[in-house]
Amino acid sequence: MSFLLLFIVIPVLTVIGIFFSKTHMQVKWTAVIGMSIQLILAGVLIYLFLAARAAGNTAEILFSQDMVWYKNLNIHFFIGVDGVSVAMIGLTAIVIFAGIFASWDVTDLPREFFTSLILLAAGVFGFFISLDLFTLFTFYEIAVIPMYLLIGIWGSGPRHYSAMKLTLMLMGGSALIMLGLLGLYFNSAPGGGALTFNLIEISKVSIPMPAQRFFFPFLFIGFGVLGALFPFHTWSPDGHASAPTAVSMLHAGVLMKLGGYGCYRVAVFLLPGAAHEMAWIFLILTTIGVIYGAFGAIWQKDLKYINAYSSVSHCALVLFAVLMMNETAMNGAILQMISHGIMTALFFALIGMIYGRTHTRLINEMGGLMKVMPFLAVAYVIGGLASLGLPGFSGFVAEMTIFVGSFQHNDVFHRVCTIIAASSIVVTAVYILRVVGILLMGKIKNPEFNHITDAKWFDRMSVVTLIIGITAIGMAPLWLSDMINNGLVPVMQRIMLAGPILH
Amino acid sequence: MLIMRHELLLIAITVILLLVEIFLPADKKSRIITPAILLMTAVLILGFIPGPTGILFGGMYQTTALIIMLKNILNIGALIVMIQSADWLRKPENKEKISEYYILLLSTLIGMQYMISSGDFLMFYLGLELATIPLAALAAFERLKEKSAEAGVKLIFSSALSSGILLYGLSMIYGTTGSLYFAEVGPVFTGTPLQVLAFIFFFAGMAFKISLVPFHLWTADVYEGAPVNITSYLSVVSKGAAAFMLTILLYTVFSKIALMWSNVLYIIIILTITLGNLFAIRQQNLKRFLAFSSIAQAGFILLGIIGQSQYGMSTVIYFVLVYIFSNLGAFGVVGIISNRSGKENINDYDGLYRTNPKLSMVMMLSLFSLAGIPPVAGFFGKFFLFAAAANHGLYILVLIAIVNTVISLYYYLLVIKAMFLNRSDQPIPRIKSDFYSSLGLILCLVGIFAIGIFSAVFEMINGLSYGLY
Repeated sequence: MSFLLLFIVIPVLTVIGIFFSKTHMQVKWTAVIGMSIQLILAGVLIYLFLAARAAGNTAEILFSQDMVWYKNLNIHFFIGVDGVSVAMIGLTAIVIFAGIFASWDVTDLPREFFTSLILLAAGVFGFFISLDLFTLFTFYEIAVIPMYLLIGIWGSGPRHYSAMKLTLMLMGGSALIMLGLLGLYFNSAPGGGALTFNLIEISKVSIPMPAQRFFFPFLFIGFGVLGALFPFHTWSPDGHASAPTAVSMLHAGVLMKLGGYGCYRVAVFLLPGAAHEMAWIFLILTTIGVIYGAFGAIWQKDLKYINAYSSVSHCALVLFAVLMMNETAMNGAILQMISHGIMTALFFALIGMIYGRTHTRLINEMGGLMKVMPFLAVAYVIGGLASLGLPGFSGFVAEMTIFVGSFQHNDVFHRVCTIIAASSIVVTAVYILRVVGILLMGKIKNPEFNHITDAKWFDRMSVVTLIIGITAIGMAPLWLSDMINNGLVPVMQRIMLAGPILH
Repeated sequence: MLIMRHELLLIAITVILLLVEIFLPADKKSRIITPAILLMTAVLILGFIPGPTGILFGGMYQTTALIIMLKNILNIGALIVMIQSADWLRKPENKEKISEYYILLLSTLIGMQYMISSGDFLMFYLGLELATIPLAALAAFERLKEKSAEAGVKLIFSSALSSGILLYGLSMIYGTTGSLYFAEVGPVFTGTPLQVLAFIFFFAGMAFKISLVPFHLWTADVYEGAPVNITSYLSVVSKGAAAFMLTILLYTVFSKIALMWSNVLYIIIILTITLGNLFAIRQQNLKRFLAFSSIAQAGFILLGIIGQSQYGMSTVIYFVLVYIFSNLGAFGVVGIISNRSGKENINDYDGLYRTNPKLSMVMMLSLFSLAGIPPVAGFFGKFFLFAAAANHGLYILVLIAIVNTVISLYYYLLVIKAMFLNRSDQPIPRIKSDFYSSLGLILCLVGIFAIGIFSAVFEMINGLSYGLY
């Protein structure tokens, strides 16, 4: 048995544990224990992976396990990891761990809350370890659906509307994915032979071009909806703004990465020919998304909306980099997913904590918070600086890599797109610094804020975990970047086989 | 004898119940419930024992391993309905009619089994009628309620009409081919103009039974008026049997005109799924709601038939099996709540989770299964149906169907929203389910999870199915 199975088994056991817990505290501690084990497991996985690579194991997929599930359809339960998925698993483990602590003060139906949250995490873990498209899709849907209850029951503001909008848009995306997957399946053996959902097997055959052209848009847009591809991003601001803290963290931090990862792993990897042909359409859309998200964030007054729009911008950058289809940019895309995942989780956690104390999310009503909650304020500044790409933090490494990679294309179209997208960094700086200025500096506007207390232990736990993640990537990006590169090699080979090598 | 054992066993229970009915005093009728359920369980188990297959009555009756499995599937559905109706039968106004209820229910089941086993159109028609007429009596079972009586009348009229149309089609089949035996009609049914007309009449008749658009108009009214357990039986077992029969006939007798009927199906599928879904959105009464949702589900079933392969047939059977468990789960909850509180509207379910968490969970999982959300079985059922149609190259049709699953998710989520998200000042009070109601729901839950996660069921079905050519 591959030990990757534990990534699914532990959440399931945790859910069972929560089911049998009696008190509120027991529920929370069960969740903490389960997700701590998950975090440790992720650490072990990274260590084992690096050790195996160092020992000269060059297999494309490590720790794989293949079990036949539906025999006559050739559906397998096939799991395994490469460098990229290991990195994503690490990200998920960090964010869910921090998320549990960030939702320490959920009092309404805590058992159901943590169950849904952990089920969601189980779906995400399952998605990242799956190498069979059917399994992958199953986990994808498992990850999406608990969102409805999480936002609908524990959310704020127009939560019913947001929950419904988010669920339907994401399920609409997954409907497109389902058609795309069926298309892949029935074209997976053009030369005769058994049809398969096996991702690695499909990547070895070349699917006929008409089929590629037909199915690529379905897969890319389908996953793109979750990756906030413009103009299918509209669920994101509403959903994030209405969701409870931990859910915003997980959703922006991890779930949106499912979209980016799917575009990279399924759409571009398996249909490279069509990807080469159609990349320009989606490049225009993502470039618009990057700029639009950044400008959108400037106009918002609600902290969560600001961060939601900035997520749209940052996630669009991920898809933008994937579409550049060269090694550097792809590497940047993965780095950006991880960096943004941790960063945005940190932001949402802090926003939740600030809201819990000030009972408002409108930046105009706040001010001088640095004086009353120095710990949270400093953490906010760190998150902000990482978000605008200051060297030393993860954001810089990721964005730098993306733009260097995309600038390697020497035609006008790609260059123009790159320049436009890169200019979003300036806009990002504007809205981050503006918020920091209004929110944290200056006088305390509301006398009630004088009585606010700083972070409690569980808040600190959540924040510190995430800050460690950001700085670790920022200070020593090489190990992560090497690991990702390692996973990118076969993907790049495949893409280059299909089209002209672009520089 | 053994070839016909499913039907004979059911007839045996029916006769036993009739005798008991004669000798049991009126005030002790409720004692029948447990023995009846046990007998039905025994029939179900005996049905699974492998037995001989073959032909009887000179080809009028046939049975194969596949047909036996279909009968077992119907038995499962009927058993769960019997279990779920126990609580409702114990109500004072129904107490006197318990044995009638079982006898009528079992007669329809016998009719369905004869229909599936038929080897000729006359036998098929007899089975169909036996399956339909007692259902009208069942729909009007709560005869003191106006709506129930109305449902009975509507059902009998619409099924008489559809039987008439079907019979007309059959007479033309006989006229053009000179035979009613499936084996003889098939080779000569090549699609001459009169045969096409015959097929259209036949298909319209069947479409009434499965309630496909545009032959669905009776469905919502009958479903709303009939007692909940009858509605669930109508929507699951009765519809399943008709779907099985339609598949078998299209794949065998009408295989020569497959090109024609697949075009007909193509349009009917789009209409059925889309209209069923759009009307379901507007419903407030849960029975009507589930009626329209079941119309849409019938459209999905056809998606497998249009796949025209062994795999397509397996997905139809598999989906019906999944659908039995999911729909009975949903109807089970509606039934319990309707029995105990008399409430059947979606608004009434506001805040249900806070007072009845278990019922709400079952309802949610059943609805997820109907909507096709993993890890419950409905997801696998739908995915395989789509795969069957995609296998035939019908990607546009599959796209329309998949978009419809998103629409259907919307209205299923409306119920979940009422139960989980909304708060209410007067929620439905806490309901303590009796043994049989709980058992019925637990069976459904087990089915909903097990059929999807364990692939053995699907593989077994696939091993027995056959394709078009």
